[in-house]
Amino acid sequence: MSNASLEAIAAKSGQPFPGAPNNWQRFFTFSTDHKVIGIQYIVTAFVFFLIGGLLAMVMRGELITPEADLVDRTVYNALFTMHGTIMLFMWTFPVLNGLANYLVPLMIGARDMAFPRLNAAAFWLVPIFGTLLMVSFFIPGGPSQSGWWAYPPVSLQNPTGNLINGQVLWLLAVALSGVSSIMGAVNFVTTIFRMRAPGMGWFRMPAFCWTVLSAQIIQLVGLPALTAGAVMLLLDLTAGTSFFDPAKGGDPVLYQHFFWFYSHPAVYVIILPVFGFFSEIFPVYARKPLFGYKFVVVSSLIITILSAVVWVHHMYASGTPSWMRMLFMFSTMLISVPTGVKVFAWVATVWGGKLRLDTPMLFALGGLVCFLFAGITGVMLGAVPFDIHVNNTYFVVGHFHYVIYGATVMGVYAAIYHWFPKMTGRMYYEGLGKLHFALTFIGVNLNFFPMHPLGLMGMPRRVASYDPEFAYWNVIASLGGFLLGVSTLPFILNMISSWVLGKQAPANPWNAIGLEWLIPSPPPVENFEEIPIVVSGPYGYGSHEPLVANNPAGELISEHS
Amino acid sequence: MSTANLDPTLNTHGAHTAEHEEEDHRMFGFIVFLLSESVIFLSFFIGYTVYKTNITDWLPAGVEGLEVREPLINTIVLVSSSFVIYFAERFLRKENLWGFRAFWLLTMAMGSFFLYGQAVEWMGLPFGFTDGVFGGTFYLLTGFHGLHVMTGVLLQGIMLGRSFLPNNYAGGEFGVEATSLFWHFVDVIWIVLFILIYVWQ
Repeated sequence: MSNASLEAIAAKSGQPFPGAPNNWQRFFTFSTDHKVIGIQYIVTAFVFFLIGGLLAMVMRGELITPEADLVDRTVYNALFTMHGTIMLFMWTFPVLNGLANYLVPLMIGARDMAFPRLNAAAFWLVPIFGTLLMVSFFIPGGPSQSGWWAYPPVSLQNPTGNLINGQVLWLLAVALSGVSSIMGAVNFVTTIFRMRAPGMGWFRMPAFCWTVLSAQIIQLVGLPALTAGAVMLLLDLTAGTSFFDPAKGGDPVLYQHFFWFYSHPAVYVIILPVFGFFSEIFPVYARKPLFGYKFVVVSSLIITILSAVVWVHHMYASGTPSWMRMLFMFSTMLISVPTGVKVFAWVATVWGGKLRLDTPMLFALGGLVCFLFAGITGVMLGAVPFDIHVNNTYFVVGHFHYVIYGATVMGVYAAIYHWFPKMTGRMYYEGLGKLHFALTFIGVNLNFFPMHPLGLMGMPRRVASYDPEFAYWNVIASLGGFLLGVSTLPFILNMISSWVLGKQAPANPWNAIGLEWLIPSPPPVENFEEIPIVVSGPYGYGSHEPLVANNPAGELISEHS
Repeated sequence: MSTANLDPTLNTHGAHTAEHEEEDHRMFGFIVFLLSESVIFLSFFIGYTVYKTNITDWLPAGVEGLEVREPLINTIVLVSSSFVIYFAERFLRKENLWGFRAFWLLTMAMGSFFLYGQAVEWMGLPFGFTDGVFGGTFYLLTGFHGLHVMTGVLLQGIMLGRSFLPNNYAGGEFGVEATSLFWHFVDVIWIVLFILIYVWQ
């Protein structure tokens, strides 16, 4: 055991490899440092988030009046297709991969990911397939118009007759995104299995690492199914095969199975790390241990397992036999049990705690509220009779936007604010953060709540014009959408100005427990001067038990700050 | 929770450098990758099964069925090569480099024979890639598997070349082990494929 305090070690220069620039320029290199790659992921993803958001605001502008007057109907089709594709494949996956990339090695006490070069290669695929998708805006015929599901036979139409058309570029981009995700998943699973610090047994691992592991296992097992479906669709489009073309004896419903076998679990790939953020953030700002830690982490794995057997609930209206619908209705209802366990545990964690309502906590609480609402509408949609009634209406759109914006984006914001001091060594401006939260929370509810009554009234999704009776709720939703656009401005201002001018952050500004808070902010290149020896579980708030054996500075947190 | 609960199976080589740790984890990572890769094949197999059981006029007009004799010979050669590569690996572990090279080269020859047989079969078939779902799935499955065999033979070629570098391969080598594991994987996939396509007609 060394006597050198980890605190006392000056932050070593942040060079990801010998001779690399130690300033902002390092973010433009093929760096193999997981922290540089993490920030590369987050910033790249955020740029695409803004692009996807602009598309959404054009759509909301179109829907503010019942007539299709702002954009052409085919343009509208392209808009919702690209909005969905960008937001899922180029914002949520990369941003969560970025945060996991940054945090997992720090949280488990490793110096880097298991395969640093593979990690960098996986990241650099993101701008490549992003560009590929963006190029489709500028080719004859424009981007894909078949929705982010790309169901055949709609996706098999090729009005321009060109070999390079929007749908082909879309499929190539999605396939490359799959390659990148598999590379990331191999890396995360290996890192978490093999590189935990001594003493960090499975049940001493922070909940976030558990959720990343659960999510990446889904990527490994689910994504290949989508790859298989995408390869067959691509061959149908380009090589003249007839796997999914009903006119030539193919089976379009099989594509739906391939697609949803991955793309429903993909929702858990998105939401599980966000559950991890909630589990990390609530204990810190409530000053209490995570309630039912073991139940919370094991429920992540149960979600992973159950996620493999629920996909057909997207296909209740696809001519699915009724015995199958009953089976999948049952499994879908079942998945609300492990998620319910988590929600219960978070409420119990916050309950009676000494709450500190800083921006990360506000976002986490807001995200939890939205998730609860989305979970309730999710159970409603899981029920066959209800789903048949609202199938393909705005009710579905409202439900998943509460999951993906309300819970996921707010959870991501919570995580970015919470770990911002660690990543940059600077504090963000609390006032701007709270303004950002207020705008986001109001915007989410204004934008996405009206979609539920609209769906119940029967407004179909993916239409550029609608009956005037739907106008009232649509105007409210559009105003909420524009508010969400505005809400990113204080965030961008806050992030940039704080990174440049913010107050210097201490190693542990939140008095949090965790390996990442024992090292300086920002962490030196190989994170830990000496690999920590973990001697107790995470979330030991109020227990006064030391977390690591070789940290002579003792417990750094005080309950009376 | 007891504080003495230090699991001995956990990673305790914290003093090693990041480069060193990468060496240690490659096999684990490769196995994880193969698990994922097998799901692609599994998806194709399930797709094939669904098509085969649901489509009424499965075979294209004028096609009676598939010839089994040559593919069976091919199968026997490919499956045997899995044993040959196992012996090659054992020679390497005993540091008998020439034995390793001989058996390794034999594996490559058997893999190439398989690819050759596959090509001959493809050229003699009365249906093409675009002849209905049957033609599509047949060429997709055999072609995708064939790509893997080709990758395996290429990897074997690289490993053979590397064995001539001085002081290489002392005490086993990740590349050789991974190539060999990949070869077994390709083999097992072929057995399932053979049963699905040729035996179940």
